Amino acid sequence: MGTTASQLRKDLLSEYQVVMHVFFRAHKRFSELLSKEDRNVPTPRVPMEKVLSLPELKSNPFRKRICHVFSTSDMKDGSLTFEDFLDLLSAFSDSATLEIKSHYAFRIFDFDDDGTLDGGDLEKLVNCLTGETDDTRLTTEEMRQLISNILEESDIDKDGTVNLSEFQHVISRSPDFVRSVQI
Amino acid sequence: MAHSVNFDLTADHMEAGLESPADEEGVHDSFNQLIEDQRQEALELQELQRDLDEEERDSVAYLSSPGQEIWRGSPGRGEEEGGGQLDPLLEERWSSATLKVLSSMPSRTIGRSRGAIISQYYNRTMKLRRRRQSRPSIKDFSRSARPSIRGYGMETDCMETEGVDEEGRKRDQLVNNLQNLSLSDRVRMLRAMPLSVAEKSELRRLADRKGRRSNHSQIPCCSQLKYHIIIALRHSWYSCLSFLHSLQLWQVALKRVSGRFGTGVLSYFLFVKTLLFFNIFLFLVTGLLLAVPQAVHPPTLTQGHEAFSGLELLTGGGYFSDSVMYYGYYSNSTLSKDCRVTSSSMEQQPSPSVSRRTMETDCGVKPSYNMPLAYFFTIGLAFFITCIILVYSMSKSFGQSFRIDKSHGILAMKVFCSWDFKVIKKTSVKLRSENICIQLRELLEETSRKHVQKTACQRIGRVLVHVLAWFICIGSTVACVLALYYFSEYMHKDLQYRSRIPTKDPLLKEASLLALPVVVSLINLLLPGIFNATAWMEEYDSPSVNTYIAISRNLMLKVSVLVVLCFHWLGRIASDPHSIGLQCWESFVGQELYRFLLMDFIFTILDTFFGEFLWRLFSQRVLKRKRKPVFDISRNVLELIYGQTLAWLGVLFTPLLPAVQIIKLLLLFYMKQTSVMMNCQSPRKPYRASQMSTIFITLLCCPSFLGAAVCVSYTMWSIRPSESCGPFRSLSTMFQSGKLWVKELETHNPNLAWLAWAHSYIVENPLFLFLAAGIFLIVIYFNTQVVDGQRKIISLLQEQIENEGEDKKFLITRLQAIHQQKRPLSPRRLTSQASQDSNC
Repeated sequence: MGTTASQLRKDLLSEYQVVMHVFFRAHKRFSELLSKEDRNVPTPRVPMEKVLSLPELKSNPFRKRICHVFSTSDMKDGSLTFEDFLDLLSAFSDSATLEIKSHYAFRIFDFDDDGTLDGGDLEKLVNCLTGETDDTRLTTEEMRQLISNILEESDIDKDGTVNLSEFQHVISRSPDFVRSVQI
Repeated sequence: MAHSVNFDLTADHMEAGLESPADEEGVHDSFNQLIEDQRQEALELQELQRDLDEEERDSVAYLSSPGQEIWRGSPGRGEEEGGGQLDPLLEERWSSATLKVLSSMPSRTIGRSRGAIISQYYNRTMKLRRRRQSRPSIKDFSRSARPSIRGYGMETDCMETEGVDEEGRKRDQLVNNLQNLSLSDRVRMLRAMPLSVAEKSELRRLADRKGRRSNHSQIPCCSQLKYHIIIALRHSWYSCLSFLHSLQLWQVALKRVSGRFGTGVLSYFLFVKTLLFFNIFLFLVTGLLLAVPQAVHPPTLTQGHEAFSGLELLTGGGYFSDSVMYYGYYSNSTLSKDCRVTSSSMEQQPSPSVSRRTMETDCGVKPSYNMPLAYFFTIGLAFFITCIILVYSMSKSFGQSFRIDKSHGILAMKVFCSWDFKVIKKTSVKLRSENICIQLRELLEETSRKHVQKTACQRIGRVLVHVLAWFICIGSTVACVLALYYFSEYMHKDLQYRSRIPTKDPLLKEASLLALPVVVSLINLLLPGIFNATAWMEEYDSPSVNTYIAISRNLMLKVSVLVVLCFHWLGRIASDPHSIGLQCWESFVGQELYRFLLMDFIFTILDTFFGEFLWRLFSQRVLKRKRKPVFDISRNVLELIYGQTLAWLGVLFTPLLPAVQIIKLLLLFYMKQTSVMMNCQSPRKPYRASQMSTIFITLLCCPSFLGAAVCVSYTMWSIRPSESCGPFRSLSTMFQSGKLWVKELETHNPNLAWLAWAHSYIVENPLFLFLAAGIFLIVIYFNTQVVDGQRKIISLLQEQIENEGEDKKFLITRLQAIHQQKRPLSPRRLTSQASQDSNC
């Protein structure tokens, strides 16, 4: 792993939008997640289960989606290389712009990866928000009403889905978004 | 949605038999005809299918792909006028070609595909380039380029593009644009791009490399130097930041708090941190410029030093009263090294300037330090810089939280923005999910409830309850303030009495000085409880209104208390200090402020212990409630603001008061953090942290800092300083020292006469202030007009987007109808036709 670190040059730090101190901390944490035999591989990948064991992601209802969004693996299994991990930290850092955060948040909420948030995506999103237990889930009638209200408020071109621009438009009205999408 | 849909009409034209697309009327007519034909055929086909179909038909309003649940039960959504209905018999409602077209629409791919992101940013950088570049003259370019793009170097753009694929071409164009932007623009663009880090670094490398290659030859050396300086500055800035981060002031603690409670409670602790930095700045300024020089040259004391007894820490008097902490210690002359410091009696030195000149003749050229001037300018400078920092942070915070369009998209906003990724503890996550569920249900209920017309009786009842609540609040405030007024008068008389009679018990006298601070702190503690109790019986339309009302009542109380106290100090004590036997009223007022600050801290400790710790035990054991008490953020922040106002009021009289405030804030942070983790839970009601932060920093600036500044200015401008102590002892007002210095400058150096002129005509002339205020008002008016205009534009654009959406729906259903129509002919021809159609 030491070779990978030295390969990433110092001038890349400004892209990563994290400071060097945080960079090395991230590096340490990433190498902790690797199993012993993977350490000598040139670009090691951490499987999704290991990533999900991080304390920041352990209880997050969107943890699997986060892994899938940032993963660059061809098998779509949610595994992360160190660069993916840094992408993740960078997108969730406090110096990432609103645009980057809203872009990634959109991709996280897009459960079926079709580029828009349609009714099914919104339903899954609300279920993630309200939790797993039965008494916190909304009834079907409430869900239906909620989703139709959401679409009415945010779907400007009235095509039944919320695309990225409409999502960003809703987000821009909430000043707390940048602060809450941070790890 | 960077691209508008390209209408490729050539196929249609050929079908319709037109010669030239430039003939617009012909185009329109033929297109209409085509639509008519299609509609006829589609209608015929639909009739055929309707006969076969007996299932429920869906409306076309939703163009989602049929693989997912089709959204039924959306009443009220009218079917579009195009009339194309879906064919429920087919297994796939949309043909594969339509699906392909749908999935590759720009609005859907922008979120996923790299090529789309690159072309979007290509357009943005192009716009930025156009804005930034000034137009060069036409002569410099060859004639072949189109006039409109001649000025922008677009020719070279076209020639440089290599690469066969579309994405590669776009990427090269993007790199070209980036290299033509200025360095800061380039960095900003790259930062905002939502690409992966490896791609961004690649782009940056290409942009830098190309830039450097061309820059070296064309741009003169000073720009190269500028480039290198900027890179060096950036590296040093990053190393500075990493050092600061490694200091980790409270980072671990803040992360723990935010992990459990979220952004709302975190904002309180961040506010403590902000106040700490303000106080550190004040302390450094006053400490370095005032306390240190004076401590190095201690004045000769007329009376002996009092012994240190423990009561000093509470009352601030005794041992501390003749120390560098208070105003009275500072000499009114110029300090100098290795010279006898001239004594400060009035007979020898009629003005400070004379003392300075004698210093120079006595000691030769040695560094001299004019204390009164230093005192005056240090306080002025500290306040001025604090004002600038406050106004800047207030405007930045306001800019982040203000939104132009006031449309009510609460539900969507709540669903998209309410998850706080900072919360990591499992129980907190569960709690938050519960909260969100409750809030969503409440909001749904609110929006679905038809506007129930309350009966006249109910409305009058509500108004009466509100009036009663306000009456109670205002009444209790007025009662307490009057009580405070009379009590302070009583204490004043008591002091006068004690000063006349020889003191039997000096300790008792000192302790009696603590009575007023205790009463004020009690008022500050108990009255907000009464306000909360009255708020229970009222009900407001929305929880945020509740919070604002609570804040305004609390604020009203604190402002009136502070006004009475200022009157007590400046109006009673300062006007007649000898009646209470004071030589030095400023030191006394400084001590009073120290006492108030300390009492406030002690009562906060007591409140945390009783209000949070014991109350939690009580509510859990005795009342058997499951939930812990809620941490009241607004009340705690207002307490902090009150304490900071006292600190600002006291800087003039007690230059080291910021140090006391720093210690207090440090202890408060750890105490509150422990208490919150042990005893409290996050508020149930939704807390809009950034709006609240804006309000708090506005409150810090406007009543708090402004009031303190007004008070201090009034003291400096009109109150006579005491004659036997302090740096301004021989002057009629503190401000006079500045005026004398300006006059002295004038006499020494006639070139600076304009300074005196400027001072008398600008600073002291009210006309200038009126003019400045008038200009500001005009600027504000223009800005509000601009905002109104923008609101109108926003609603127009929304309408336009809706129309475009209609167009899109229309086209897709048309496309689908064409496929459907061709389908019965033959499957093979259909697939070939479909693939042909999908190409255009």
